[in-house]
Amino acid sequence: MHLKSAYEIREKYLRKDMLPTIFCPGCGIGSALQYTLRAIDDLGISPDEIVWVSGIGCSSRVPGFVNFDGLHTTHGRALAFATGIKLVNPDLKIIAFMGDGDTAAIGGNHFLHAIRRNLDVTVILINNFTYGMTGGQVAPTALKGLKGTTAPYGQFENPFDIAELAVAAGANYVARWSVFNYLQGINSIKKALQKEGFTLVEFLSPCPISFGRRNRMKTAPELLRWYQKITVPLAKAKKMPPEELEGKIVIGEFADRNRPGLAREYEEYKKRAKKMMGWEE
Amino acid sequence: MKYPFPVGRSDFIQGDEAIARAAILAGCRFYAGYPITPASEIFEAMALYMPLVDGVSIQMEDELASMAAIIGASWAGAKAMTATSGPGFSLMQENLGYAIMTETPVVVVDVQRGGPSTGQPTLGAQGDVMQSIWGTHGDHSLIVLTPATVQEAFDMTIRAFNLAEKYRTPVALLTDAEIAHMRERVYTPNPEDIELVYRKLPANKEEAQYPFGDIHGDMIPPMPIFGKGYRTYVTGLTHDEKGRPKTVDAEVHERLIRRIINKLEKNKEDIIAYETFDLDDAEIAIISYGTVARSAIRAVKLLREEGIKAGLLKLNTIWPFDFEMIEGIAEHVSKIYVPEMNLGQVYHLVKEGANGKAEVELIPKIGGEIHTPTDIIERVKRGV
Repeated sequence: MHLKSAYEIREKYLRKDMLPTIFCPGCGIGSALQYTLRAIDDLGISPDEIVWVSGIGCSSRVPGFVNFDGLHTTHGRALAFATGIKLVNPDLKIIAFMGDGDTAAIGGNHFLHAIRRNLDVTVILINNFTYGMTGGQVAPTALKGLKGTTAPYGQFENPFDIAELAVAAGANYVARWSVFNYLQGINSIKKALQKEGFTLVEFLSPCPISFGRRNRMKTAPELLRWYQKITVPLAKAKKMPPEELEGKIVIGEFADRNRPGLAREYEEYKKRAKKMMGWEE
Repeated sequence: MKYPFPVGRSDFIQGDEAIARAAILAGCRFYAGYPITPASEIFEAMALYMPLVDGVSIQMEDELASMAAIIGASWAGAKAMTATSGPGFSLMQENLGYAIMTETPVVVVDVQRGGPSTGQPTLGAQGDVMQSIWGTHGDHSLIVLTPATVQEAFDMTIRAFNLAEKYRTPVALLTDAEIAHMRERVYTPNPEDIELVYRKLPANKEEAQYPFGDIHGDMIPPMPIFGKGYRTYVTGLTHDEKGRPKTVDAEVHERLIRRIINKLEKNKEDIIAYETFDLDDAEIAIISYGTVARSAIRAVKLLREEGIKAGLLKLNTIWPFDFEMIEGIAEHVSKIYVPEMNLGQVYHLVKEGANGKAEVELIPKIGGEIHTPTDIIERVKRGV
């Protein structure tokens, strides 16, 4: 794969008048954004055919920085807004940039139902185990024992595995990587963007400022090294006993299937309705 | 175009059904909802009709999502609506605020029932008046319409879409369980005789650069809908004319919020609608809206027969509110009565409007029954 320079990607896709971004030094959102833009660029999709949606949180500010149509909505509800956009204009491709709290806490129900419906959307999920924008509270993905300002003695609740949730709910494509796995990340986004129905690419993404420094990992490299330690490739994980996987995060491609997407299903539904009412043959 | 219901003639239908038919005739092609008594029949009618007119009807996971979906649909270019009752309306307040902030034309029907909480699901009430105006947080404005009959529910649904599109704002239509489930004769005009308004679109790419700018001097920016190559960014954060977040700039915030409020306040004459009955020479005024106005009309007639000079102001919109008009009425009458199916909501607006020029008395009623004309007459006679 020929990699364009980051400068080229930035020049082509970012809104200059919105820079600098709000992201802290060492934040992984910029990496995930770059992978997404590279995937779009490689596929040659016109920015006029894509709408970016988001909810609330650091990662949700991304649609403001890219030169596309964008809807920065309310906390957790991006996918519900996306449902309206997609069904009114099925020609549009939708990318939802979402955080862990946005996706699995306040937006958990919208997330599950968007997948159940197989809403045609590509979710780029930033999983940094924390609410970065509000200053480091624990997220529903935080592994047991990790610290946040609202669990200063270490998280005592169980975490959600969002990728597994998505697979169980019926998503067409689900992959998880850390931002360290850039080639896999770009390839997964490219796959996701070419599919109809619900697709999810989750990134373990460093947040040294709000998360890392409360968990003895003050810099992005320390967090990346930690990801290397706690992540297990899917093929390897399949051979490991469950007790060895305790506290680990499996990475890889979890689902790759081709169920019809919501937009196509609704087109069929309209035809069925007209036929049943005798409006059309 | 073919319609899945009779047009150009009268039909005997429920209020909920009338709203659904009117919405489709108004050009609504996206409906998202969640089942709730007594609004479900609107959804069920939409579910039946929408696929036939190439529109969308979708059942969302809750009312938060319903409201979100219609806003998304509106930015994709569709006229969009949802309908609910009190408990769902509470959930919609979050994204209703988003629709106000992003100036998104949508119509929200609230079929009122007794509250708070689950309350009286099958019985009518007027308890959501203040919520419809002030339910979402922050300084804001929107338009609230209040039909009293099934025909008015039909007519005002079309008007709701026209106002939403004209002023790029959410419009709430407040009915109640009585209007929702009552069958009345409704005249459905031929579609070509219905005047429809469509949102102002940017004339060119230059105009599209200012999705939140008063570039025409009418306080209503053209709406660059998605997928046209305009690269529009829409956010619920305080934003400048180009849509860029400016969250700590007091001037930008003030300019945005004042324009959102003023685009309705300065067009009050166009938006506000009311009817009067025997008000010109009245010594006693009754101010009423929605279902209760039906009893109030009868009460005025019967009071006149008894020689009491009563008159009625029937409000067809309750926001924006014409405080000056109320003061004008207060100057010419000795007393104003406000019968409401709540413990006093529009009463407070009327009292503020009357400005001490006349005594304002509330005639409250809760529990699910409509005021009878006698309820109103007795209270008026007690004061005479």
